[in-house]
This record gives sequence, C-alpha cells and structure tokens, in this order.
Amino acid sequence: MEFTEDQLQRYSRHIILPEVGGKGQRKLLHAKVFIVGAGGLGCPVGYYLAAAGVGTIGMVDNDTVELSNLQRQIAHSTKTLGIHKVDSAKATFEALNPDIKVVGIKDRISKDNIKDLIKNYDIVVDGSDNFPTRYLVNDACVMLKKPLVSGAILKFEGQVTTILPGEGHCYRCLFEEMPPPGLVPSCQEAGVIGAIPGVVGSLQAIEVVKLILGKGDVLKNTLLIYDALKTTFRRVKVPKNPHCPVCGDNPTITELRDYDAEYCRI
Amino acid sequence: MEEDIKPDKKINIKGLVCPYTFVKAKLAVEDMEVGQVIEILLDYEEASRSIPKSMEDHGQKVLKVEKINDTDWILLIRKEKE
Ligand SMILES: [Zn+2]
Repeated sequence: MEFTEDQLQRYSRHIILPEVGGKGQRKLLHAKVFIVGAGGLGCPVGYYLAAAGVGTIGMVDNDTVELSNLQRQIAHSTKTLGIHKVDSAKATFEALNPDIKVVGIKDRISKDNIKDLIKNYDIVVDGSDNFPTRYLVNDACVMLKKPLVSGAILKFEGQVTTILPGEGHCYRCLFEEMPPPGLVPSCQEAGVIGAIPGVVGSLQAIEVVKLILGKGDVLKNTLLIYDALKTTFRRVKVPKNPHCPVCGDNPTITELRDYDAEYCRI
Repeated sequence: MEEDIKPDKKINIKGLVCPYTFVKAKLAVEDMEVGQVIEILLDYEEASRSIPKSMEDHGQKVLKVEKINDTDWILLIRKEKE
C-alpha cells in the first residue's frame, strides 16, 4: 500500500519513529479495534485511535448523549445532545480522520451478541461503566482469545490492565466474582473528574497501538492504578491464576452469562 | 572507494522541508533490501545534517554527504538493518 501525500503529512510524526515507520503505520491502517462503550473511556480511546489511523473502529453503545455526559465524554457535544452516542462519536472521529471507518452499533451488549460483535476485530477495548459488562467482556475475550485492554474510572482514580488470553492474567484472575451490588459505590458516590477518563483512555489507546505495532511492553499480568489526588501511578502484579474460573486450567465458566444485578452506571 | 558505489535507488526530495525530508527518505529505505544503497538529492540544508544523523540513529550507514552545488546536497546511505 502506497501512502498518499496527505497520509505522509498526517502520519509523519508516526512514520519518523523507529518503532513505527511506514510498516507500523500500515499495520495501524489495517487494524480493527472494537470499543465497548462510547462514554467517558470510549471517547478518548476512539478519538486517539482514529487520529492514529486505526482503519476500522467498532463501537457499541445503546445510550443517547445527555448534558451530564459532556463534562467528560469529549467526542460528543452540545450539538449532538439526544442523538445516539455511537452516531455522535462516529461523526467526530470520521471528521478528524477520513481514512478510517467507524462501525457504530446501537445495542446493549449481552451474552447473545458479544461474540458476534467482536469476532472480526483484532483487539477489544473495554470502556464500559459497570461490572456486569466488564465481566461479560472479559469472559468473551478469554473464550475467543481476543486481546483486551480494560479500563475503569471512579472519582479521582483510574485503572488499566491488558489481558492477553492464554499468555497472561484475566479480569477474573484479579477479582474472581463481581462485588455484590451493595459494595459498589451508590449513584451519589459515583462522581468523577472529567480528565480522569482522558488519562485512562489515553493509556488504553497507547496499549492498543503497542499491541498493533508489536512494540514495547503492555500491562500483561499488571494492573496500573492512577491516583489523581496524589498524582501517582502504581503497578500491581497480577499473576495468572491457575484456578481462575474462566482462564484457569479447569474453567468452570464455559459459556457466557448475563448479570442483571442492579448496578449504578458511572 | 566510496566514490565507486553505485546506488540501487535514487530519490529527489528537493523542495521538501523537515520532517517530510526524513519521512520520504525513511520510507524509501524501508522498501530496500539490507545492503542496498540509496542516493538522496536534497536542497534543504538542515536535512543534510539531520537525515544522516537520524539514519545512523536508526542503524543505517551513511556513506557520503556531499554539497554538489550552491543549493543541493547528495547523501549516500546503505541499509544495514530492517
Ligand atoms: Zn483468569
């Protein structure tokens, strides 16, 4: 594939990096990344992947843009209030970079559709805002052996981890079962500073780019915890658990389940 | 000895400025086999210094940097690694 003059200019800051070059940029242009959620995390992840020239970006979200989203969900705007988040995000990303294609799916992700949604993508990004989805995405990625870059945010804190099924830990190696609904923050407690998903989503986007390029070390067997109040990043080792119910030696979870407990959405 | 080297490929990047000078040079080198030599003709003075430096940083061998007239330079670079 030959680059056009516009592409040479658009991607020049990538191409001049030894770790990227023309070869790496071509990999990015051919890559397919699926993002779960077009909210706080999905917006910055998709934004930077679109800018980077990731050729196909899939996104699933069933929500429409609300005013309370705009404090942090930077792909949407006052002008897109009321329209589907995936349509709003698609317009923003494709305006930024006409080289890429955004496939928006207006649906709730569930045990019945997740495998079909992600099966044609190279990498999955979890930008969901609730535990049931996070566990569902983890289990589906382990079963389909899809690399998964997972992120979570709350208040002044963020977490990122990269799951490479078969090679490293998974989300259930870290937290085997979902916390019971009473233990997760209630809605009044679920505030977040708007730039926190920006930090976490940018870290997720870089993990994705490194996976596509095959360069550097990703957060395999590692949970990165960002504390914005203290301005610290902490790396916690997460070994793969041989007794993990989904990725262990004798898995007990062999088919997907939906968890419909009432959780507050952040 | 170096005067005898015949380039396998020639590019003319006159009129280009940084970073496009290096972008074009780097992409041309990527398309070559290890051991092949490229001749680069340019007229942007800063690139006559920065391209050789960047090529060496990326592990390639700079064989020649020559000012050939009032405005132009010729670089000869051998690809040493992918
Ligand atoms: Zn596991």
